[in-house]
Amino acid sequence: MGQQIIQPVTPSDLLTEVIKLKDAGYRLVAITCTNKEDLELSYSFDKDYELINLRINTDSKTEVPSISEFYPYSFLYENEINELFGSKIVKINIDFKDTLYKIPVKTPFGKKEGDE
Amino acid sequence: MGKRTVVPFGPQHPVLPEPIHLDLVLEDEVVVEAIPRIGYIHRGLEKLVEKKDFQQYTYVAERICGICSFMHGMGYCMAIEEIMEVKVPERAQYLRVIWAELSRLHSHLLWLGLLADAFGFESLFMQSWKMREQVLDIFEETTGGRVIFSVCDIGGVRKDISTEVLTKIDKTLAGMDKELKEVTNVFINDMSVKLRTKGVGVLTKQQAFDLGAVGPMGRASGVEGDLRSTGYAVYGKLNFKPIVDEAGDSYARTNVRIKEMFQSIDLIHQCITLIPEGDIKVKVTGNPNGEHFMRVEQPRGEVVYYAKANGSKNLDRLRVRTPTFANIPALLETLKGCALADVPILILTIDPCISCTER
Repeated sequence: MGQQIIQPVTPSDLLTEVIKLKDAGYRLVAITCTNKEDLELSYSFDKDYELINLRINTDSKTEVPSISEFYPYSFLYENEINELFGSKIVKINIDFKDTLYKIPVKTPFGKKEGDE
Repeated sequence: MGKRTVVPFGPQHPVLPEPIHLDLVLEDEVVVEAIPRIGYIHRGLEKLVEKKDFQQYTYVAERICGICSFMHGMGYCMAIEEIMEVKVPERAQYLRVIWAELSRLHSHLLWLGLLADAFGFESLFMQSWKMREQVLDIFEETTGGRVIFSVCDIGGVRKDISTEVLTKIDKTLAGMDKELKEVTNVFINDMSVKLRTKGVGVLTKQQAFDLGAVGPMGRASGVEGDLRSTGYAVYGKLNFKPIVDEAGDSYARTNVRIKEMFQSIDLIHQCITLIPEGDIKVKVTGNPNGEHFMRVEQPRGEVVYYAKANGSKNLDRLRVRTPTFANIPALLETLKGCALADVPILILTIDPCISCTER
């Protein structure tokens, strides 16, 4: 299996790094959110089976720019993360505004086991 | 510009065994835009890692989908094995590839049947599914299950396959190869089939790349990506080259899957020839601590398992990015400009698995 790189970035640097990867011919593989103390976003890109993960640590109040201007198909990942984790990814090209999933609970993955 | 009409497609539709909804914007009978809506059956299985320990979760991972159940279990186990630096015995790796390729074979046969059913070729549908039964019989004989097998475990596999049964499988698949040629010949050469697939729903190589298409959907448009090329499990020891087409239409997507079925039979034959004697499992002790992005090639394409562990028995996070989820944007592109009557076929040509998507 190819190499896996995790590269920490800040929300303000995200688009700059994404443009670099886009220009280098990388494909967006997935955007993943992990709910630790804060929200940890991983943007995974592939080229020749090498995986680069841009890692952002953020919270539900800080705005993170959408990368859909450069990778238009990121809209599904970004809508999913906003809806399940309560993150604040903004300026998504197709914004479902929390209606992508038909779920009765608001931001279910934003809560830890035992939370109210 | 003709009058625009919005036609709701799904979530319940004869061509869809599972719910997905599309708002189709039409000009006369031509689709100009399609807006998707998913989430009718979102199960939150990823969240269950907080309740089930990492060993128990193997059973949950298998239940993400009833078609790729083995490969979901395998991908999850491989992610945990990478974190825990577990060295899986070689015999277990071969057995995993045999079951994985049998899964691909049965998945593609299921898909061929559904495609034939969608354009009303009932005898072709029945022939495809009749052959699929033979694969399910092999699953039943080797694992005890026809849908959920529960043979993959962290550290190896739970069941071995004897040399006699392996020889029998090889013989069954050799016989099936001949039957498969007859049935797939209809998909490739029949005029009525070609009328519904050739030149329909074209996705260019550039569009496939730009929209992140994976699996047969991408390979039918000339995007070579196939994770088996990375050599995970024992693919690196087998003679394997991704099947690629250039046309990017529904016919090419059918063609790629047909060739992949013959390739799967060949890969299983290679495994049966090369499989060594030895253990099928190593004992795994302790809890995982760390993170890993594991990727494997399912019948529908690349699937990603991201596991993050904290040293306890429960994972912090498991994220599963399924191929159907990745192929939805490419599907929306192929629908643009197609006739309303072709929409069911085009949805089918991505081989959608909503169960996976709504994990």
